[in-house]
Amino acid sequence: MEQETLNAAIRAVAQAVIAHTQELTVLDQAIGDGDHGLNMKRGFQCVADLAGTISVLPLPQALQEIGKTLVMTVGGASGPLYGTFFMTLGKELPATPTLPDLSHAVSVAIAAVERRGKSSAGQKTLLDVLVPVHEELCAGTANVYERVKRRAAAAADATIPMLAVRGRASFLGQRSIGHMDPGARSCALVITALCDFLGD
Amino acid sequence: MSNVGIVIVSHSAKIAEGVADMVHQMVGNSVPVAYTGGNADGGLGTDVGAIVNAIDRAWSAAGVVLLVDLGGAETNSEMAIEMLDDARRGKVLLCDAPLVEGAIIAAAEASGGAALEQVKSMAEEMHRP
Repeated sequence: MEQETLNAAIRAVAQAVIAHTQELTVLDQAIGDGDHGLNMKRGFQCVADLAGTISVLPLPQALQEIGKTLVMTVGGASGPLYGTFFMTLGKELPATPTLPDLSHAVSVAIAAVERRGKSSAGQKTLLDVLVPVHEELCAGTANVYERVKRRAAAAADATIPMLAVRGRASFLGQRSIGHMDPGARSCALVITALCDFLGD
Repeated sequence: MSNVGIVIVSHSAKIAEGVADMVHQMVGNSVPVAYTGGNADGGLGTDVGAIVNAIDRAWSAAGVVLLVDLGGAETNSEMAIEMLDDARRGKVLLCDAPLVEGAIIAAAEASGGAALEQVKSMAEEMHRP
């Protein structure tokens, strides 16, 4: 990826997260401790501030740097989860990845997030977006940005009837049902922003 | 110091400091104790860099145990342990125990010169049925 493209892509994703701070706060107030919006905003603001220096790096190193920045700045459990995801993508991807390279890297990154969060899909977390998105990536290049975007949004919506068994929301038991998972929503936001940017 | 060190990690700086006060009252300065609470902005949360620093402050040749409160404190502490250099990483253990009771039991055990694994298992026995 060209340096300027990478710079603009990082800023576009960060802006999308920051613009939805309030929505993520409201979602997290319903079933968590209400800090997901501000935590993600702080992390992605730092990433946006560093976009100029990060985008000079080759893609794998840039992704690892994004991951480290999120780990150090988010301040909640989502820092290590998103951080692990981006750092693993960086370790797995070549400098100019193909779609199969990306599918493979995402599957390894999902496994790393599962280990970090001691969780798996179906437990009302960001994995409930990442796993279906990975399936979509495996389905070939035709209309891939649009398909991934739609799948991510539908997957975040599909966390509404789920019962939380990990994280602060699990303390609510049955009362976690009926609310969208804030981590699934923020994950869909990141993926949608990236697809919008790359699809244009 | 040769006694195992104790690190207290809470979302709240006040809780972390208060637990450290209780530990000091119990064991004085016979055990290295460090605490950290709050995110990088000073709000409620935990900060990986601050946890790494706390491990440094409580460092002991015998190792360090971490006592943490909720979810993010655990995940961020695991991340902090992974970021340590190879020599230290194996000597830092996270206790699956209630923060206050776990910290005090761990400190009492550490003050008697118990080994790292023993300090961890005593703290964890606390909430086993």
